[in-house]
Amino acid sequence: MTAIDPVVRRTVSRIGVYVGVCVATVFFALPLLWLVLTPFSKHPSYKATLDGVSLDNFDRLLHNPQLWRSLRNSIYLAGGTAVVVIVTAALASYALSRVRIPGRDQLLYALLLLSSIVTGTAAMVPIFLMLYQLNLLDKQFAVVLVLSGGLLPAAVFMLKDFVDSIPRSYEESARVFGASPSQILRHIVLPLIRPGMATVGVWSLVQVWGNFLIPFILLSDDKKQPAAVVMYTFYDTGGQPNFALISTFALVYSVPVVVLYLIVNKRYGFSFQGGIKG
Amino acid sequence: MAAPTTSKPAEADAPAGPAPAGRHDPDVAGLGRWRATGFAAPALVLVAIFLVFPALWTLYLGLLDYSLGGKTAQSPQYVGLRNFSDALSDPLFTKALYLTLLYVGFSAVLGQNVLGFLLAWYFRNARAWVRVTLNVLVLLAWILPGSVVAFLWQALLDRQNGTLNAILHTTGTAWTIDHPMAVIIIFNIWRGTAFSMLLYSAALNTVPASHLEVARLAGARPWQQLRDVVLPTIRRHVLTNTLLITLWTFNDFTPYLLTGGGPDNKSQTLPVFIYKTALLGQQRLGYGSAFSLLLLVANLIIAVVYIRFLRGARR
Repeated sequence: MTAIDPVVRRTVSRIGVYVGVCVATVFFALPLLWLVLTPFSKHPSYKATLDGVSLDNFDRLLHNPQLWRSLRNSIYLAGGTAVVVIVTAALASYALSRVRIPGRDQLLYALLLLSSIVTGTAAMVPIFLMLYQLNLLDKQFAVVLVLSGGLLPAAVFMLKDFVDSIPRSYEESARVFGASPSQILRHIVLPLIRPGMATVGVWSLVQVWGNFLIPFILLSDDKKQPAAVVMYTFYDTGGQPNFALISTFALVYSVPVVVLYLIVNKRYGFSFQGGIKG
Repeated sequence: MAAPTTSKPAEADAPAGPAPAGRHDPDVAGLGRWRATGFAAPALVLVAIFLVFPALWTLYLGLLDYSLGGKTAQSPQYVGLRNFSDALSDPLFTKALYLTLLYVGFSAVLGQNVLGFLLAWYFRNARAWVRVTLNVLVLLAWILPGSVVAFLWQALLDRQNGTLNAILHTTGTAWTIDHPMAVIIIFNIWRGTAFSMLLYSAALNTVPASHLEVARLAGARPWQQLRDVVLPTIRRHVLTNTLLITLWTFNDFTPYLLTGGGPDNKSQTLPVFIYKTALLGQQRLGYGSAFSLLLLVANLIIAVVYIRFLRGARR
């Protein structure tokens, strides 16, 4: 190798790093520009520019019942799933953490395996057919149950780890003073595992809020579809999309996820991972 | 992850029902085994119905000629392994499989992995505001809903008014039609790099600063430090990350939102192919199940490798 002056080399590599960082920043920022600018633009189009600021687009969104209904549906699906997941996962993870049920560890490993292999994509055919035969297509509560089943293994895992980390001394002392199991659960255990339940709840909300595939294949009535699906059918139907509506709707629909993420990240330093994707 | 931390092996079984709260009895609330089973039951029943049963049913459905449209609509017929032999000679399937491998290989194994690592590596010594800015952008790409980011990319790549064409002065170029695979691959790098970045950031924190210092004092260049000190230390994280993003990308349905698998099936990955075969048009559920099974088996292999590896790492 020919000797290169170390100063030159350092300068070159530093320039390389700067260029790389600039390219990466542009790459990640560019697609997001549209979401930030267009909702406030006077003449919204595919163009990501701000020619004249106005809030007219939001006004139009306010008067569109279809879009508000889809957000309501999203809240119902996400909230319903979060409630089902929180309640059943809390019960299961407490029992699995504190009581030695035979085969518990194998069960937990099987759950871990299942949650990662039976994805929404891999199971869409049998799940669709199952609901078709049970006459449960186009029923929102069925979507809630399907989504809950998909999220539960990961939720039980997270919560069981959480319960494992709580010392038993609180429950022990309550027991010594003669509290019944149900009293211990309600007054000691519930307050202790509440932060874990909150985390799992928010995690479920975010997973369902953005989920497209499951409601897309299981709900065909557009009055029942959540925002994820309506957002897509909005621009898929061909012709020129209604930019005033689609841009503001995209923003309004995105904000909750970002807020929830920030809350959880700040409180627990927790990042979303796992669960059914896609 | 998920390490059973409390159980002591080979301890005498506690008697059923409320046992005295002894020192070694973890059941401090006095639930008892039956009530505990009852507690676990609702979650397990939901999982059994909506995860276990569909997976097993796929095995059976794959053996049927079963469509919701067309001739066999009402009477599913048992056809043995014909769906599978048909699948192997179906050019659309082999193409979808090939495209899926391209998609996973370039967007996840190479793209997200390398870019995520580079970002994490760069962040160690970066100025705070640069790090925070990039971090926020990369995370936003990851947490925004799929149908929103898909539309953002439609806007970015639009033929007439798209931002990309405006920057490159290439108005009229229809990226999603001319280069559909490149589009979904680059899109997925954009979408998913956050996870690798987070994981590698955490991993790089485990590399002892003193080791790097020693290497630096010994005259190792950054690239040599990387190869000889950092990579051996975070080998395990690299494997974890690669397996997880491979699994997710393999099952990713988002390309459908961007290109719909088109034009001409040129970006039709396996998930999109399954959707179109089984749930659109003729709704050939039996035939589609054969492919679903293949996806399940591929997932199973990746997951088993991963779990064996996690268990091995703990010893």
